[in-house]
Amino acid sequence: MKPSPFAYAKAKSLDHAIELLSRPDGEARLLAGGQSLIATLNMRLSAPKLLIDLNGIGGLAGIAVKNGQVEIGALTRHAEAERSADIARHAPLIALALPHIGHAAIRNRGTLGGSIAFADPAAELPACLLALDGEVDIASPTGKRTVQADDFFKGLFETALGPRDVLTAIRVPAAADDTRVGFAEFARRHGDYAMVGLAACAQADGKGLGDVRLAYFGVGAVPLRAKKAETRLTEGNIDDAVKALASDLDPSGDVQATGATKMHLAGVLLRRVARQLMEARS
Amino acid sequence: MKIVEDSPPILTALDRPNSYIGRSVPRPNMARLMQGRAQYVSDVVLPRMAHVAFVRSPHAHAKIKSIDAGAAKKAPGVIAVVTGAELATVITPWVGVLTHLKGLKSAPQNAIAIDRACWAGEAVCAVVARSRAEAEDGCGLVGVDYEELPAVTDPETALGPSTPVIHPSIADNLCFERVHVAGDPDKGFAEADAVVETTFMFGRHTGVCNEPRAIVADWNAGDARLTVYQGTQAPHMMQNLFAKHLSLEEHQIRVVTKDVGGSFGIKVHTYADEMATVALSKLLKRPTKFVADRIESFVTDIHARDHRVKAKIGVKNDGTITAWEIDDLTGIGPYSVYPRTSGIEANQVVNLTGGPYTCPNYRARARVVFQNKNVMCQYRAVGHPIATAVTEGLIELAAQKIGMDPLEIRRRNLIADDAHPSQGPSGIKFEALSHHSALAHLDSMMNYAGLRAEQEKLRKQGIYRGIGFASFVEVTNPSAAFYGVGGARISAQDGATVRLDGTGAIFCHTGVSEQGQGAEAVIAQCVATSFGVAMDRVRVIMGDTDNTPYGGGTWASRAAGIGGEAAWQAGKALRQNVLAVAGSILQAKPETMDIRNGIVVDAATGAERIGLDEVARICYFRPDTLPVGVQAELVATRHYVPRAWAFAFTNGIQASYLEVDTDSGFVKLLKHWCVEDCGTVINPQLVDEQVRGGVVQGIGAALFEHCLYDERGQLLNGNMADYLVPMAVEMPDIEVGHVVTPTADSELGAKGAGEAGTAGAPGCVMNAINDALRPLGAAPLTDMPFTPDKILQALGKV
Repeated sequence: MKPSPFAYAKAKSLDHAIELLSRPDGEARLLAGGQSLIATLNMRLSAPKLLIDLNGIGGLAGIAVKNGQVEIGALTRHAEAERSADIARHAPLIALALPHIGHAAIRNRGTLGGSIAFADPAAELPACLLALDGEVDIASPTGKRTVQADDFFKGLFETALGPRDVLTAIRVPAAADDTRVGFAEFARRHGDYAMVGLAACAQADGKGLGDVRLAYFGVGAVPLRAKKAETRLTEGNIDDAVKALASDLDPSGDVQATGATKMHLAGVLLRRVARQLMEARS
Repeated sequence: MKIVEDSPPILTALDRPNSYIGRSVPRPNMARLMQGRAQYVSDVVLPRMAHVAFVRSPHAHAKIKSIDAGAAKKAPGVIAVVTGAELATVITPWVGVLTHLKGLKSAPQNAIAIDRACWAGEAVCAVVARSRAEAEDGCGLVGVDYEELPAVTDPETALGPSTPVIHPSIADNLCFERVHVAGDPDKGFAEADAVVETTFMFGRHTGVCNEPRAIVADWNAGDARLTVYQGTQAPHMMQNLFAKHLSLEEHQIRVVTKDVGGSFGIKVHTYADEMATVALSKLLKRPTKFVADRIESFVTDIHARDHRVKAKIGVKNDGTITAWEIDDLTGIGPYSVYPRTSGIEANQVVNLTGGPYTCPNYRARARVVFQNKNVMCQYRAVGHPIATAVTEGLIELAAQKIGMDPLEIRRRNLIADDAHPSQGPSGIKFEALSHHSALAHLDSMMNYAGLRAEQEKLRKQGIYRGIGFASFVEVTNPSAAFYGVGGARISAQDGATVRLDGTGAIFCHTGVSEQGQGAEAVIAQCVATSFGVAMDRVRVIMGDTDNTPYGGGTWASRAAGIGGEAAWQAGKALRQNVLAVAGSILQAKPETMDIRNGIVVDAATGAERIGLDEVARICYFRPDTLPVGVQAELVATRHYVPRAWAFAFTNGIQASYLEVDTDSGFVKLLKHWCVEDCGTVINPQLVDEQVRGGVVQGIGAALFEHCLYDERGQLLNGNMADYLVPMAVEMPDIEVGHVVTPTADSELGAKGAGEAGTAGAPGCVMNAINDALRPLGAAPLTDMPFTPDKILQALGKV
């Protein structure tokens, strides 16, 4: 299929992009890597009147470590992050997740900001942001603001971003010596959206784990924290943690798996990821 | 994927001095394809060409009450909006029946639905515009008023008294039924020590070609000629069908098939939207183009399989199989596909079940029913994966029940290699097969005993690996028995014309066609060898009904065995012609000479006598120097059709080694082997690629591919994200081995190899999964594809 007719504008600056978004002549969409947007346009699932291309804006891409945080510009490509020594060292959970995202050609164009803003519930990066207790920088006609990951994902493909907002960067705490991360997902084929996935972060705490954050993806409308399981895992009881998932999650079935299978696989993932969190300690 | 060399020795009978038979020469078209210089139909642009898009029914079954085209007709770029009734003034409907499938019935199908849409995706209106985008915009403006009708979706209830009949012109939803009884199945089951009975399910899936279906039609009213550029497997068949339904003569139609990006049986059928595109060109008197997009492909490219087979086997404690019984039910959509019909797959299931084995006691029933889903028809290895999985699944379940090794039970029942000619339980005739040699080769290739020991050791560590097998027979080189006897004008024979050019190179015009499998290379190898020139002195011309001998095209693994033999014979004939005139020039006896590597030589000594360039120069430019009465004939044509056997059956055996993650229900494929016997191997690399590609498509059926419909007839996963084609990362290394039993029906002795992989892989993988899970007491899995859902359910984990 071919997309419905749309106008195209190449934003010269962030302010220009926001100005273009603010025009009252109908729905506009931001184009970053285009790896989800162009497909939805071509299938006519989305028919914006204006496409605002962010790719010409300087300063929106790049990875920086400052003030104990890793800041990733919204236009940073997956491939760039995958090759980044800073990501590998200071954001090891994202480094673990990146190879699971699509295929090389997709990672060459797709952006981290685009993935977070699109907020596909089966995507890896939104769950990582949530597991890491990260935050999102947003620019708008009224100024800049920062939203915590826990408050960012609102519903199916719905986020804290308003129609005139531009996501400019994400930030996650830089990993400390006692930071432990784990990541695993089940996808029928490598590179597919996960049937179920789990991104996890914790602090090593004596013989156990503290501050456990478990962010599941592919099991609901948004990436989901499994808070009861987090508590059980902090208490050091994996069997109880797996049992607690029954009250944390209630996945619906889709074309790849029934809800019951997803629930079962969530438990399998928890055991595997918990092992990663523990193994990383020794 | 690791490529393991296992090339058979070059056959001496065909080993002429510059023979290419049995050699892995690269494809001549490789550079063109790799450099992006191929010409697909999508690349064809003609002056005044208009683009066609279709409004398609969102309902599985609906009455079309009215169509409002007013707004669409006024949209920018729109040239015409045409309904089914309007198009019916230039094209007649068709009915997909063959007389040799007795009782098969179907209803007339129109290029664009008139009054009623019978599946979700059927075209109900065409919009023709300057660009595809404008045509799609126009489609969005067409208002169709539908009255939804009850949809028939479940084959199990399609024949029930409370189910509506889809076509009022037909009494019921039964398209075709075949019952076959051979030997004495009741006696066989009575004599059995053990009987195993189960139901096998095969999910609907489809071919997913890299290049979707595409067509450009150009009706030239001045010449009264229609030129159709089409990505088809059978140009002459399409020429006939365009003529028949557009009320033209065949000679008024030229079908041109250039590069085609994969076919797998998808592109050998009549598609309503392609027929409509051709009719629109005639109606509008300008070139029209239609390229199916991926979503259209999923809802209109033929689907395949979707069989439910209740099956039973009787076996004695010594492993002797005493009887077979199957009851096959398949749903084929609302129409039997034209002109090959949708009865062939079920018919093949009846023909092929039990095929490799000696037990003659066999009872079979197959029923083919209509339903309101996309149409189903022949896709790579038609019927074979079903018959093979049923047969091989039964055998391994029976072996388990009597406590016998799965290879041993096969050894005790496979038709002996020296027992040919022979026949299968359905009466299919085998010229010569090599089941036992193939099994022995496989046994040593895979180190079966070693793998069993490894499996046993790992089970103690909680790692569950499985080994599965599938012996198979494959239909190749079909004679007229396939379609011609049923009244379809589909050529079983094929021709080749070879012409010497002015410099001693040759042109070979062939009726077979290329869709990526390497037919062009095989034809070049055959003709280069039999004539006597290097491959780079051969130009192969194919895919043009104005310029090639009449032929069937490429399907049913026929191009090498039939088209290759015609090219071989034509090359030989031209060699005789050239030697005759060379004899006149050289004052030598033609029978004492040969052509080797482009030079006429003395056959006994190999001494060079005259170059082909010199022969051509004399014959074309200085014929006055030839003796009076000598006329050089530097073109030769030969045709070939198998006559002694209806089909050149091939055989083989596959094995799969895999590991099941019993926590997650995921299957990891560790290794796959296939030993097959396609007779003379013309190009080992191409044969191995065919086998590997076929195995991968079979693995797709076993683990991944499934067209999922809901109960209202809506396809739920018609896109490349949700419909899972097998991808390289999940594929195992596939080792290919050969046994060579040439057919005596041709001089070349080549049989087909295109479908062997697909025939055996699904059953083989199924058996391996069940072997892996056996110690855990899981009920055998028999419902393809084997998803984590199903495996976890079998393990009682969900």
